Amino acid sequence: MISIKHVNKTFGMNQVLTDVTLEVPKSNVVAIIGPSGAGKSTLIRTINALEPIDNGEIVVDGISIHDKKVNINKARSEIGFVFQSFNLYPFLTALQNVTLAPINVKGLSKSAAEERGKELLTSLGLGDKFDAYPNRLSGGQQQRVAIARALAMDPQVMLFDEPTSALDPEMVTEVLDAIRKLAESGMTMVVVTHEMGFAKEICDEIIFMADGKVVEQATPAKFFTNPDSERAQNFLSKVLHH
Amino acid sequence: MGGYEYDFSVISQNMDIFIEGALKTLEISAIALLLAIPLGIIIGMGRISRNRFIRILSSAYVEVMRGVPLLVLLIWIFFVLGQFLKLGSYWASIIGLAVFTAAFIAEIVRSGIQGVPRGQMEAARSSGMTYWQAMRLIVLPQAFRRVLPPLASQFIMLIKDSSLISVIGATELTLNAKNLVATSMRSIEVWTFIGFVYFAMTFTLSMIIRAIEQKLLARENS
Ligand SMILES: Nc1ncnc2c1ncn2[C@@H]1O[C@H](COP(=O)(O)OP(=O)(O)OP(=O)(O)O)[C@@H](O)[C@H]1O
Ligand SMILES: [Mg+2]
Repeated sequence: MISIKHVNKTFGMNQVLTDVTLEVPKSNVVAIIGPSGAGKSTLIRTINALEPIDNGEIVVDGISIHDKKVNINKARSEIGFVFQSFNLYPFLTALQNVTLAPINVKGLSKSAAEERGKELLTSLGLGDKFDAYPNRLSGGQQQRVAIARALAMDPQVMLFDEPTSALDPEMVTEVLDAIRKLAESGMTMVVVTHEMGFAKEICDEIIFMADGKVVEQATPAKFFTNPDSERAQNFLSKVLHH
Repeated sequence: MGGYEYDFSVISQNMDIFIEGALKTLEISAIALLLAIPLGIIIGMGRISRNRFIRILSSAYVEVMRGVPLLVLLIWIFFVLGQFLKLGSYWASIIGLAVFTAAFIAEIVRSGIQGVPRGQMEAARSSGMTYWQAMRLIVLPQAFRRVLPPLASQFIMLIKDSSLISVIGATELTLNAKNLVATSMRSIEVWTFIGFVYFAMTFTLSMIIRAIEQKLLARENS
């Protein structure tokens, strides 16, 4: 479903991604973990071309995302993206946040978009928040609206860049539960996360990145008990012991 | 020592002239504003265009308009451009005020757009919107809320600046006042009253814009 081949990217003199190659089969959930500055955000942002790449290729659902001839807007409408900082539209209600793109990008009628939007918000436990503006919602609620907003486009894949890092601890669970439900429904997903327990539990595969490279790629069982690389061993001993 | 004898009867006797002038001032300001807003938005967006040529052109426009006194601009448009285009003082005034104000609106628009967090554009583009859809549906509405206070100041400046068009003979409040002073010799009375009239117009405008602002804020905090 997602195929990343030999991707390189530099910011000025700084090589941020080096020869990154990875495959995410349909309905798989892949976690990207690694130390700060490893290039995790940059990588996930290249998958929907929020960041351009220097060379290599990224194919999502058969579409070469960085090909100049590709209609990137059409391609992006099939790729849901959830940000660390939610990025909800502050001047729109929860429901309007969710229906805006379906109406304006997919051409859905207002009533059809609202029906679907209400269904999504309700399934995410926000059945009483349709008309609330983002600044009246908790962080966890905002992130769930953001997830509903992405799902409203009926995407083929979902990308999450540290979806719980900006949340107070007591709200992490509600968002992780929502992502877990999505995983169980068979959604293809890439999740950048620092939540090791979550990665271990729901992911089919762990990608460990450091210094812009994929250092290790393994099943959670293997990765969390017996990682091959020294970098991963060091990283795990740091994050698991506090 | 013959002190100045105030006589405000000149005001009440010539009320029709003041009202006519004030309405003309409002009319010319309003039309100039209607032209200046779209022009200002286009140039403001040009200032942050990804196209270098458009960026340079827009910056040059802003710098020239900000650097040249409005008086000079009006005279130039009326006497030079006006000769070719057969502009009367009415349209020369409106165009002069509009192109001048547009430069300031452009700067306000630019800072307003740049003040909207990057993540807003990214979220909109991620959902498949084109750059222009994202601008129109997400960025500009937020920029608009930010720029209301500085725009209000600019609109007020425009009403006051319109007093300058009397130099090219456009009929409005200030020209009527000048004529009245010439015939009545009551300059202090007339100019004091004119000051009040301009203030009444600009203060009303301030209040209207403030009400709009409050309404927008109230909605988001509901
Ligand atoms: N827009 C940018 N311009 C220049 N350098 C950037 C930019 N974005 C990221 N970088 C650099 O790229 C490198 C990788 O950053 P990235 O944000 O992808 O790391 P990360 O793995 O997501 O880290 P974190 O866990 O802190 O989110 C860092 O060295 C960062 O400074
Ligand atoms: Mg990051």
